[in-house]
Amino acid sequence: MEVYFDNSATTRCYEAVKDIVVKTMMEDFGNPSAMHRKGVEAENYVKQAAQTLAKILKVNEKEILFTSGGTESNNLALIGGTMANKRSGNHIITTSVEHAAVGQPAAFLQEQGFEVTFLPVDERGVVKLEALKEALRPDTILVSTMYVNNEVGAVMPVEEIAALVHEKSPKALYHVDAIQGFGKYRIYPKKSGIDLMSVSAHKIHGPKGVGFLYISEKAKVQPLILGGGQQGGMRSGTDNVPGIAGLGVAAEMIYSDFDEKIGHLYALKERMAAGLETMEDVVINGMPLREGAPQILSVSFLGIRSEVLLHTLEDKGIYISAGSACSSHKRKASGTLTSMGLSAGQKESTVRISFSEENTFEEVDYCLEVLKETVPMLRRYARR
Amino acid sequence: MLFHAFLIKYAEIAIKGKNRYMFEDALVKQMKIALSQVEGEFEVKKEQGRVYVFCPENYDFQEAVEALQKVFGIVGICPVVIYEEQGFEKLAEDVVSYMQSRYPGYEGTFKMYTRRAKKTYPMTSMEVSSELGGRILEAFPKASVDVHDPALTVSVEIREKIYVYSETIKGPGGMPVGTNGKAMLLLSGGIDSPVAGYMIAKRGVKIDAVYFHAPPYTSDRAKQKVVDLAKLVAKYSGPIRLHVVNFTDIQLYIYDQCPHEELTIIMRRYMMRIAEHFAKENGCLGLITGESIGQVASQTMQSLAATNEVCTLPVYRPVIGFDKQEIVEISKKIDTFETSILPFEDCCTIFVAKHPVTKPNLNIIHRSETKLEEKIDQLMEEALRTTEVIEIR
Repeated sequence: MEVYFDNSATTRCYEAVKDIVVKTMMEDFGNPSAMHRKGVEAENYVKQAAQTLAKILKVNEKEILFTSGGTESNNLALIGGTMANKRSGNHIITTSVEHAAVGQPAAFLQEQGFEVTFLPVDERGVVKLEALKEALRPDTILVSTMYVNNEVGAVMPVEEIAALVHEKSPKALYHVDAIQGFGKYRIYPKKSGIDLMSVSAHKIHGPKGVGFLYISEKAKVQPLILGGGQQGGMRSGTDNVPGIAGLGVAAEMIYSDFDEKIGHLYALKERMAAGLETMEDVVINGMPLREGAPQILSVSFLGIRSEVLLHTLEDKGIYISAGSACSSHKRKASGTLTSMGLSAGQKESTVRISFSEENTFEEVDYCLEVLKETVPMLRRYARR
Repeated sequence: MLFHAFLIKYAEIAIKGKNRYMFEDALVKQMKIALSQVEGEFEVKKEQGRVYVFCPENYDFQEAVEALQKVFGIVGICPVVIYEEQGFEKLAEDVVSYMQSRYPGYEGTFKMYTRRAKKTYPMTSMEVSSELGGRILEAFPKASVDVHDPALTVSVEIREKIYVYSETIKGPGGMPVGTNGKAMLLLSGGIDSPVAGYMIAKRGVKIDAVYFHAPPYTSDRAKQKVVDLAKLVAKYSGPIRLHVVNFTDIQLYIYDQCPHEELTIIMRRYMMRIAEHFAKENGCLGLITGESIGQVASQTMQSLAATNEVCTLPVYRPVIGFDKQEIVEISKKIDTFETSILPFEDCCTIFVAKHPVTKPNLNIIHRSETKLEEKIDQLMEEALRTTEVIEIR
């Protein structure tokens, strides 16, 4: 049995996504910038995707900027947002639990002479609003927080953050990294006070290498990629038509029968958690199940190194992640778990199980069965 | 400048008498293997006591040189321009034009060297050298002849065609792989063992390798890393048969039965036993490890003696007297460093005790190993039976 429980790392494409990707590669393969019919056909796919996304977010389609994915969106938001607004101030705020795609641009800006405040989180992984209140200043030009934390599934109080930001720092842009939140929550940037928002396609059953940044028409962002002036000069480079078309289809599909899907994800998560609670020395991290994100379950199997558990499950056809998948190339303790105040032993033994709508209860039960069988054996051979 | 061929210089030592043919044949074979990775059809030829590479049209000079620089036994690589033999006047013109394009406005000292393989040529080597030297002096008035310590030696070989060369690119030295038998390398994925393999291969020894894999404690990526390292070493040593041994059960059994601080030593003794098994099976004449005295607890003199004891084949430890930094320098030179430092656990580090023994007493180790008697033979057999063999080229 093959069980894929690493859906926060990436997801499998929907069939319909594959179909449109193939079609735009093999039939309607024109360059959307070309003047002839082939170009117009291709451009229509891009327009269609922008319309779909704009409708989902209740924004104007001109406010959707296609990128190469979450990392580029975050870089553009942080660096481009800061550069365009640096005359208004020198201060940036983000959190200590951001993905490296926000953390590294923030560190880069710090090196460039901007002052950066990294906000702490509570033991659930949720940013402390009190700390935000204290940090906000009139010369704050950008605030960036996640929607859903990728490692523990903590959900940030985005609307409250937005209200505070706009009240205390009227010149600041509020950027939300919604890479784990889009497709799991109904997000309306205008209503919520979000100025910039990053989304990646491959987390919602779309293709890799494509995503978008929502840029409110009121927000100023300086482009980072210069060239032929595509997308109104905001992001040069021939549009990734297959990717963009695939992203549009994926977004449309993930938001159809939405409540049922979210209900299914929570049911999977609860069933898994209930099974885990019957095991000894297993700790579930983050927010209470229904308050945290529906797809992410962070679990510490005390006394077992996460990598060892990962490979043991892999051997049984079950794929999970140790901490955050993107950080598996670095042997470094997770920033989120450290910020939440977990002990070294607990951090070392933390894995992430992440679901998608394609997962079933049978898969959860099989995973629990395997865990109950292998965990005692692994504990016996723990490093003494 | 377009070079038509390379003249290969190799060490004269140790190739006297009958050995010479074996040496040259092995060199030619290894050169052919190395050049097969370069685009185009290269011809490697032994001709009258010389080894030449004849290049195809439109080949990549840099790529070809880099491939040859990985062939042990080559001391120097001389890029050669070949001219048609059309009488001495034409030859003199060609040599002067060679100089003009290669060393425009040359002002230093030089010497001519002529070798006449075609004995029917109407002039002697001395005559050719002195006449050509004169022509060069006419064309480069600021240059001067120095036969004892010239800054530049221009060589002309007269064969069916005329070969001209003046530059020697350094080769790796050593002896062609295949001239000195075969040995089994214990490849761990760290920095030291690929360097050790490289150093022994440089002495003409063919290499096979064994890697101890411990799933789920080591990942597929750790194994892939070892395969990648073997590929890098194989660029020098030629094809490697890599044995991937599943070591988990043996390791866990030792962990269960023996004192924890002796785990690493006992484990390494079993690794040596397994390596020796495959060494003998593959006709190897020795084992190779990347051990260096005192680097870690298992590499003290006492520990080395303890692991050495289980082998009957000689164990070669080419980096035994090297500091870490010296090993790192070689690993950077042979391009294995970046791969070696990728952060995946190998099976030596996963269960390591906080305070492992540094001066193991053999009597105590023997006594501990008796605790393994019940199942160890069966586990060893199982490990040997399930070993995966990967042909690295």
